[in-house]
Amino acid sequence: MTLLAVERIKLFTTRSPWWCALIAIVLTAGFAALMASSAPAGETLSIANTQSGHQFGIAVIMVLAALSITTEYRFGTIRTTFQAVPHRGSALIAKAVVVALLSLVIGEIGAFGAWGLGYAIRPSDSLLLNSSAAWINVAGVGVVFAFAAIIAVAVGTLIRHSAGALSLLLIYVLAVENLVQLIPSIGRKIHEWMPFNVAERFLTTAGGRGPGGEASDAVLSQGGSLAYFAGVAVVLMAIAIGVAKKRDA
Amino acid sequence: MIEASGLTKRYGSTLAVNNLSFSVAAGKVTGFLGPNGAGKSTTMRMMLGLDNPTSGTVRIGGKLYHELKEPLRTVGALLDAKWVHPNRSARAHLQWMARSNRIPASRVDEVLDTVGLTSVAGKRAGGFSLGMSQRLGIAAALLGDPEVLLFDEPVNGLDPEGILWIRKFMQRLAVEGRTVFVSSHLLSEMALTATDLVVIGKGQLISQATTEEFVARAAENTVKVRSPQLPALRAQLVSASAQVTDAGEALIVSGMDSDKIGELAASAGVVLHELSPQTGSLEQAFMQITGDSVEYHTGLDAAVQQTAAAR
Repeated sequence: MTLLAVERIKLFTTRSPWWCALIAIVLTAGFAALMASSAPAGETLSIANTQSGHQFGIAVIMVLAALSITTEYRFGTIRTTFQAVPHRGSALIAKAVVVALLSLVIGEIGAFGAWGLGYAIRPSDSLLLNSSAAWINVAGVGVVFAFAAIIAVAVGTLIRHSAGALSLLLIYVLAVENLVQLIPSIGRKIHEWMPFNVAERFLTTAGGRGPGGEASDAVLSQGGSLAYFAGVAVVLMAIAIGVAKKRDA
Repeated sequence: MIEASGLTKRYGSTLAVNNLSFSVAAGKVTGFLGPNGAGKSTTMRMMLGLDNPTSGTVRIGGKLYHELKEPLRTVGALLDAKWVHPNRSARAHLQWMARSNRIPASRVDEVLDTVGLTSVAGKRAGGFSLGMSQRLGIAAALLGDPEVLLFDEPVNGLDPEGILWIRKFMQRLAVEGRTVFVSSHLLSEMALTATDLVVIGKGQLISQATTEEFVARAAENTVKVRSPQLPALRAQLVSASAQVTDAGEALIVSGMDSDKIGELAASAGVVLHELSPQTGSLEQAFMQITGDSVEYHTGLDAAVQQTAAAR
C-alpha cells in the first residue's frame, strides 16, 4: 500500500497525466457526440458506434502510461526511486498498478460519457444497457485501457526513452496490427492473435461489429479474449521487471 | 560504517573500478578524491545498489544496500542534484520520498527549513538555480535522518557562499556522529572539509590516510634557511648529505628536518636568520600521486614542450 501511495503522489504531482487523462476522456466521449449528431436520421446508432472513440483514447492512455516511467529515466528520478525502494520489482509493479487503476477510471468515465452523450443526442435509438453484451461493450473499455496501460509501462521500462517508447507504441497500435492483415495468406491468421485486435473482440460480442464498423476476426471467446490481452500485459511487465532488475539504473 | 571490499566494475572492456577496498569511519568527513573519470561516481552508485558490481561488495553498517529496511533511514545520498522531475514541486518531491520509507510527512517541512527552501517549497523544481537544486538534494538526503551520508561533488558549480554553507554543513553532520563521505576532484576543497581521504585514480585505490598524512607523505618536505654565512652553512649541509638548492638569498634543503639543520648550524657556529619548514600543498601532493593515473591526458604538456623547443 505504501508503494501505491508513493506512485500515486508521483503521478499526480506532475501535469502531463492530468492533461492526458482529460484528452483521453474528451476523445473517447466526444467521438460519440460527433457520431450521434452526424448520423443520418434514418439510421440507428448502436452502442458500439458510441464507443468508437476509445481507439483514440487508448492511444492517449498509452502515452500517459509510457511517460510515467520514461520521464523517470529521463530525469533520473528512477535512481531516487530505486534508492528508496531497492526491490525494483515492487516499485515497478506499484507503478503499473497505479497507472492501470487511473486508466480504468478514465476509461469508465470516457465510455459511460460516450454512451450518455449518444443517448442524449439520439434518444430514439434504443441505446439501452439492457444486455450483458451492451454492458461489456461500455464498461469493458476501462478494463481494456487498464491492461493497455500496463503494456505501455512495460514497453516504457524496456525502452527508457520517451520518444522511442511512444513512437513504437503508437505505430504498433494505430498501424502495425492492421497492416499485418496485408501479408499474403498468413496475414489474417496472425491478425486474429494480435493483442489489441483480441481486446476489441472482448468489447464486441460474438459475431458483432467492431467499434469502427468492421467485424473483429479474433477466434477466442469473450472471456478468453480478455484473459489473452491481460496475459500479454502481465508477461510483458514480467519481462520488463526482469530486465530492470539486471540493468544498472 | 562503510566497507568496500574488492569492488570491481567493468563496462565492456573498460575497467571503471578495479578491486577497490577501503573503509569509511563514523564521526568524520571522509573525502573521496580522484581526477575526473577515476570511478568515484560509479563507486557511489554501487554503494547505493544502483549499479551492480562486477565483483566485490560494499557494506553499510555490515549490510548490503538492498538488505536495508527503509534504506533512506540509514543512508542519505546526493549523487546528482538534477535528479528531480522539473515540473514537480520541491515539497512533492520530498513527499513521495518520505512516504516510500514511512517517514512522517512533518519531516518534509523540517528538512526544507534546514536547507532554507521553505519559501520556494511549492515552486516547480525545474526552475531552481543550481544552488537551490543542490539544497533540495541535501534536504532529500537528510529526510530519513540517516547515519550515513554520501555526497557526490556537492560544491560543483556553486558560488562561494554556497560552498561555505555546504562545507560547514558537512562538518556539522560529522560532529553529530554521522558517517559523511564526500567525493570531489577539488583538492583545496577537500583539504578544508575532510579529515580523512580515500584517493583513487583509474579506478584503483591510491591511498587511504588522514588528510595530513597524505599531504605529508606525498609532498616532499623542504626547509628554507637564510643566513649571513650561507656558503659555510651550505658546506656543512652538503657534508651531512642533505640536498641543497640555491634560492637567491636562501637555501632550500631537502632530506633533513629543521631540528637537524638548526643543531648543525649551532655546532658550526653559523648564524641563522630564518629556518622554516615548507609544507607542500594538497594540489602538489595530489598531482604527484595521481599524475600517471589521469584517465584523459590533455596533451598540453607535450604542446608546451614543442613550442619551447621551436624557439
